Amino acid sequence: MTLVVLNRRNLLIAGGTVLASGVLAAGTSGLLLPARAEGLAPTESMTGGANNYRKGAPIVERIGKGGFVMSGTVRRAGDGAPLAGQRIQIWAHTVEGQEHEPQSHGATLTDKDGAFRLEMPQIIPIFGQPHGHLAYDSGEFKTVFLRPIMRSAKDTSLEAHFVLQPA
Amino acid sequence: MKGSRSLIWAALGLALGVPIALAATSEQLAWRGPVYILAGFAGIIALGLVLVQPLLIGGYLPGPSAYRARCAHYWIGGGLALAVVIHVAGLWFTSPPDMIDALTFSSPTPFSPFGVIAMWAIFAVALLAGLRRRLGLRLRTWRIVHIPLAIVIVMCGVVHCLLIEGTMETISKAALCALVVAATVKVMVDLWRKRALRGESA
Repeated sequence: MTLVVLNRRNLLIAGGTVLASGVLAAGTSGLLLPARAEGLAPTESMTGGANNYRKGAPIVERIGKGGFVMSGTVRRAGDGAPLAGQRIQIWAHTVEGQEHEPQSHGATLTDKDGAFRLEMPQIIPIFGQPHGHLAYDSGEFKTVFLRPIMRSAKDTSLEAHFVLQPA
Repeated sequence: MKGSRSLIWAALGLALGVPIALAATSEQLAWRGPVYILAGFAGIIALGLVLVQPLLIGGYLPGPSAYRARCAHYWIGGGLALAVVIHVAGLWFTSPPDMIDALTFSSPTPFSPFGVIAMWAIFAVALLAGLRRRLGLRLRTWRIVHIPLAIVIVMCGVVHCLLIEGTMETISKAALCALVVAATVKVMVDLWRKRALRGESA
């Protein structure tokens, strides 16, 4: 069910440039229209994104010994302006610890371009999927939990992007 | 005759043993706790038992009489339910929120609902099998209940396993799943044929 919706959404986004106006409006997408009217749509939390979350993980230079790169951007909903100095919390099941263990958690701040990058130990599959967890939970904007999946368990990097809306 | 007998048993031993042995060499085990490892292997063993079940009840394993094969099918069914309990309990212990998501059908992982459906089907069959005599279920009624649930267990169980990225090696896992489906199809076809024959002679 979710898959179908996601596919259609992806398709619509991909075809969006071609489908200039009338066809789409007459069609299905209630999903896309509000986003058009107000600009960049906020990122929704992902299912399971908050699993094994620990409040207030410390800001660190890197998590553990590093070797894997988690990166992404934080932008404002609507105009898409980059948000600097935003705290992003990151955790995963890695070669150095399980998802719920404190040493698997850390946080970092976005730079002036709204980008963040944190080194962490290699992520390995847990519960059948190699995935990471990220949270924006500082309160100024609405809290968002993400759970991006790696294409391959051998990947040494993963990206996640936030578009935040005021709380 | 004797040669083909031992050949069938050896083939079954390989079909079950190779995937388990390869999973035991998975590098992922190094980063898992003992409970998580136990939970994973309970799942693999459950898949193996799902292969044994149709082979036993279809009478494809040389040696045991039909009666003993049915007894073994009954008790292995109980073992299957137990393996699933260990699998779920171990995963719950490892990561409670992920297991709760799975059990409530709100997990982001596509394989979870298949596993949960197979689990309930296994529990239902085990419960009904245990109560069958007390409920006075006749063979016909029993089959009407058991066969659809068995199909659900096999199909959902196989999809669940195939979609998981875990300790099982991909090819041996796919082979074991293919055997499970083949054995199930075979026993269903044979059952249907027997019924058709009986129908003609009656």
